[in-house]
Amino acid sequence: MDPETIDTEYDVIVLGTGITECILSGLLSVDGKKVLHIDKQDHYGGEAASVTLSQLYEKFKQNPISKEERESKFGKDRDWNVDLIPKFLMANGELTNILIHTDVTRYVDFKQVSGSYVFKQGKIYKVPANEIEAISSPLMGIFEKRRMKKFLEWISSYKEDDLSSHQGLDLDKNTMDEVYYKFGLGNSTKEFIGHAMALWTNDDYLQQPARPSFERILLYCQSVARYGKSPYLYPMYGLGELPQGFARLSAIYGGTYMLDTPIDEVLYKKDTGKFEGVKTKLGTFKAPLVIADPTYFPEKCKSTGQRVIRAICILNHPVPNTSNADSLQIIIPQSQLGRKSDIYVAIVSDAHNVCSKGHYLAIISTIIETDKPHIELEPAFKLLGPIEEKFMGIAELFEPREDGSKDSVYLSRSYDASSHFESMTDDVKDIYFRVTGHPLVLKQRQEQEKQ
Amino acid sequence: MNTSVTSIKLVLLGEAAVGKSSIVLRFVSNDFAENKEPTIGAAFLTQRVTINEHTVKFEIWDTAGQERFASLAPMYYRNAQAALVVYDVTKPQSFIKARHWVKELHEQASKDIIIALVGNKIDMLQEGGERKVAREEGEKLAEEKGLLFFETSAKTGENVNDVFLGIGEKVPLKKEEEQNNANNERESNSKRVDLNAANNGSSTNNACSC
Repeated sequence: MDPETIDTEYDVIVLGTGITECILSGLLSVDGKKVLHIDKQDHYGGEAASVTLSQLYEKFKQNPISKEERESKFGKDRDWNVDLIPKFLMANGELTNILIHTDVTRYVDFKQVSGSYVFKQGKIYKVPANEIEAISSPLMGIFEKRRMKKFLEWISSYKEDDLSSHQGLDLDKNTMDEVYYKFGLGNSTKEFIGHAMALWTNDDYLQQPARPSFERILLYCQSVARYGKSPYLYPMYGLGELPQGFARLSAIYGGTYMLDTPIDEVLYKKDTGKFEGVKTKLGTFKAPLVIADPTYFPEKCKSTGQRVIRAICILNHPVPNTSNADSLQIIIPQSQLGRKSDIYVAIVSDAHNVCSKGHYLAIISTIIETDKPHIELEPAFKLLGPIEEKFMGIAELFEPREDGSKDSVYLSRSYDASSHFESMTDDVKDIYFRVTGHPLVLKQRQEQEKQ
Repeated sequence: MNTSVTSIKLVLLGEAAVGKSSIVLRFVSNDFAENKEPTIGAAFLTQRVTINEHTVKFEIWDTAGQERFASLAPMYYRNAQAALVVYDVTKPQSFIKARHWVKELHEQASKDIIIALVGNKIDMLQEGGERKVAREEGEKLAEEKGLLFFETSAKTGENVNDVFLGIGEKVPLKKEEEQNNANNERESNSKRVDLNAANNGSSTNNACSC
């Protein structure tokens, strides 16, 4: 291959190296498509990158501190990989599945998140991860625990084709509130199940058919059962490893990568108005379709009406009342604060090689409800103890206006406020289907590099 | 056999078409493919060499072409203990690029990484090709930067094994004490979860113990 020549014709052009785009690049390359993947920035990850401390200061602070001060406080810059979007993987979730089936697990190591905690009346409690923890948990009274047990038995024994296992409930007709009623569960248990297990960020689900809630609770239980401590996994060196891993998968299957390459112009076919190609400093590249994150086609996106505030906090101590956990999630259910949506806190530490020794990273996030969003986060800040440094940002969430069938421009959605990647993988599957015309079927990669 | 095994991650760097993959192919399967297509489809290759009762297992990462447009991910350098920086002795431009990669490695990779500078395609000199990078130039760069230095031919196999043996000899041999440390490290590694292993096991286990 002559280093001077670059192919100009591709099957797919992908813009932005966020995890959604990188998974799609990887999958399409494995399918045999010729992929060109471009990012305007000089690093992988797009909106969901993991960045160094100096990049973080540059991004969020108008007057960054000096290198000397930063290093004396926080150590070497290269020890830091700070996620811009906080999320965990569900151990039994779809992203885990995709990682296994594409063999990207070869490039990324994972650790279990030590615990999930839920906020109740001013304190945080560990969400029980096994029967022993459940028996001793102060979250529920003894009679409520029995009712809860019956409810969970119903969940785990439910079989679609065995009517007797349904116990008279119809997941598509009965609302989740009706299901709770049937098992006699009280308000505080409903809140626990809906927010700490089904991971709904608000209470809209109560009046909707029970199936999605059922599936979320089942996913939660299966994920906890898989490794034991919590339902969550987290990659060593931060979430930014995930897009890098899928980009490598794509490259190994022939995908071409260009970072630090802004798009000068998008070309459309004169007759049909469909996507034709992009102009960049490295030349003009053509493909019948493009996949991109919303920042590349702002005019083709609309606001979802939701804005998310995220506060990245550096601590030099573990979070109080968590038995010095090296990683955890805290859920503050909306009703505890008289809000409409939950506040999440995701905490990781030097155990994951995301910060220098002795430090912890806590990212607080929620959907904004007032015109003083930083004050909305106050109850979460209080749980963390002294905070060394704080970086706050607000992101408006965007979604595509159209499905791409008219102009062959297929756009991903912004990363939402949920605590895991399930909505992101839904988006991946949806785009994959629209692009290829068939649903994503995960096949195991062939064993090809055995010694 | 009672030899200890040290596993090391080795990364390849160098301009496109200098023969990075060919060197590895020669080393791993003692093979050479003329007009080899750019690397496709291998996550990484592994090969073992035994040096004085001690086995070194190389886990060799290819750039997969991501170096072409400044798109190598930090992941690539992560925990790499050795690197081959390859150039083509008939292409001066590739030697300039090699200097750049040595610099990049010193910035991005771990401090004690073992780097071998490799001038490839010396077979072309016998076939009438003109040498454009003097052996002394390579030696000088290697001396300045503390690198191992070899000139090789992936095509004939000349010197290729020596590159890996040379790296293998420089890999710190684990003494008993270090072995213990390594065991401790493995213990902390054991907290890492093996997603593939779990996939075979409890996927049907719906039991919820909450």
